[in-house]
Amino acid sequence: MAVLVLADHDNAHLRDTTAKTVTAALALSPDVDVLVLGQGAQAVAGAAAKIAGVRKVLLAESAELKAMLAEAVTTVVVPLMAGYDALLTPATSVGKNVAPRIAAKLDTSQLSDVIEVIDGSTFVRPIYAGNALETVSSSEPKKVITVRPTAFKPAAEGGSAGVETIAAPAVQAHARFVSETVTASDRPELGAARIVVSGGRALGSAEEFKAVLEPLADRLGAAIGASRAAVDAGYAPNDYQVGQTGKVVAPDLYIAVGISGAIQHLAGMKDSKVIVAINKDADAPIFQIADYGLVADYKTAVPELMAALG
Amino acid sequence: MKVLVPVKRVIDFNVKVRVKADQTGVDLANVKMSMNPFDEIAVEEAVRLREQGALTEVVAVSIGPAQAQDTIRTALAMGADRGLLIQTDQDLEPLAVAKLLKAVVEAEGPKLVLMGKQAIDGDNNAVGQMLAALLDWPQATFASKVELDGEKSAKVVREVDGGLQTLEVDLPAVITADLRLNEPRYASLPNIMKAKKKPIDVKPAADYGLDLAPRLKVVKVSEPPKRGGGIKVESAADLVMKLKNEAGVL
Ligand SMILES: Cc1cc2nc3c(=O)[nH]c(=O)nc-3n(C[C@H](O)[C@H](O)[C@H](O)COP(=O)(O)OP(=O)(O)OC[C@H]3O[C@@H](n4cnc5c(N)ncnc54)[C@H](O)[C@@H]3O)c2cc1C
Ligand SMILES: Nc1ncnc2c1ncn2[C@@H]1O[C@H](COP(=O)(O)O)[C@@H](O)[C@H]1O
Repeated sequence: MAVLVLADHDNAHLRDTTAKTVTAALALSPDVDVLVLGQGAQAVAGAAAKIAGVRKVLLAESAELKAMLAEAVTTVVVPLMAGYDALLTPATSVGKNVAPRIAAKLDTSQLSDVIEVIDGSTFVRPIYAGNALETVSSSEPKKVITVRPTAFKPAAEGGSAGVETIAAPAVQAHARFVSETVTASDRPELGAARIVVSGGRALGSAEEFKAVLEPLADRLGAAIGASRAAVDAGYAPNDYQVGQTGKVVAPDLYIAVGISGAIQHLAGMKDSKVIVAINKDADAPIFQIADYGLVADYKTAVPELMAALG
Repeated sequence: MKVLVPVKRVIDFNVKVRVKADQTGVDLANVKMSMNPFDEIAVEEAVRLREQGALTEVVAVSIGPAQAQDTIRTALAMGADRGLLIQTDQDLEPLAVAKLLKAVVEAEGPKLVLMGKQAIDGDNNAVGQMLAALLDWPQATFASKVELDGEKSAKVVREVDGGLQTLEVDLPAVITADLRLNEPRYASLPNIMKAKKKPIDVKPAADYGLDLAPRLKVVKVSEPPKRGGGIKVESAADLVMKLKNEAGVL
């Protein structure tokens, strides 16, 4: 059995979600190859080759692959799957977009958001916003799996796999990349940060969201997250949303400021190591899962927190 | 130009989900069921596009038990023109749902399928992409803005991990809705009454002659591990002290 892992990267850097997905892949098979799709991504392929346990790195490059258009990715991956028994991708926006398309082309079912590999055919995945865990077994000859990266430790460094360049077949482009707006930030990426500071509807405006959370995040070297309510109201960009239908994070420390703790929000952060909640309502559901709860108005609590941090 | 909107009947998003004691699934007896929230957003978008004159007909389709007619009625009350129920008591996997939807697309000939990005029961986030693959259509998932250029193409802003990506897709295409696409309307009483007169076709899933057998076996459904209860701290200073000395995370 051989497994192909689709790398997650921005053409310059490999994200640690890839090494985490390799860990899941190694639980299935010792023969794990990594596929890097993009443009100008040689350094990424080089980094993937250094992940311990990786047998070989495949690199395909084109303009469509730079934007990771689903049609282009599918065209490369489907023929490659003749040589593999499983495809694993991290459950990122790219992985979630392309994996089911590939699965359908292979006439195989997909296992979404896997958090545990029990054996070569049995997996655990959260359903109902993480309120239940489903153990499923799949007898599909070819498996397509998206992996929840926060559930796996990154595979170590120290590998020395070879990098093989493969052709990126031309696709008839029925989808075209137009533009991209990347939220610029010097802070760590939300999915990879050791500390996350998140704000909710209580913050009341985009200006207040920034003024209150940015200094705290900068002081702690933290990434910033948000509840859906804060994103919907325009206080924070969409890619800050933590939850069932946003990003899943599991940092060492998660600080929720003015967030009530709806199940959809908890689904994205309840596996954090330590959870802190600051909320003026002592009955807010977030306190049921917080390790440390501070019942207070954030307007006084956050400045006091800054002062106490020194 | 016709649009097809697949809508799923799921547990209401406000209901506290309980795992059955025998670990065979979650308890759905006497639980409030509703239209999947992302599908409401898709219906709203389709109805708005028709109101703007960009589309002429909105067809809502649901695959599920007889009660899924209620979900279709909700779509009709929001403004969809007619409904189709593909009836089955089986809990179908995304690939089987996509195969049935493909058959519906072939019979109905829509230029656009607008649907939810994810059903909040199985959290698969798969059917739209699978349907696009089976039809060989382009896909634009996680849409937060859709602009149609006649019957030719659609410009779609997508919510992605790093921010926003804009794609142009030729029609026919599959578009899946994210949370920020719109705020769905509440159906008014007159529209709920009107919806009762709109037609719903019912067809047994078996009539499509497709292989819908499950490919996956659910071994068990269990409760997630519970977090141990925490404590309330007195002050921000107390919090920082505990994070440093007790939790060791600062
Ligand atoms: C299909 C679907 C998907 C969803 N996906 C997500 C998701 O991925 N992520 C997500 O977060 N949500 C999601 N939601 C929304 C979720 O149900 C909640 O509506 C949302 O999380 C609420 O955000 P909030 O806690 O910021 O706002 P609220 O629930 O309004 O809570 C605000 C909190 O702030 C507190 N507060 C107010 N003023 C102050 C103050 N001065 N100081 C301190 N505290 C104060 C209040 O006591 C309250 O607890 C989803 C919903 C649906 C239907
Ligand atoms: N049984 C169903 N009937 C109609 N539409 C469905 C059904 N299951 C899934 N869908 C559609 O597919 C989308 C994605 O669902 P999923 O891939 O299951 O998360 C949903 O938002 C619906 O639009």
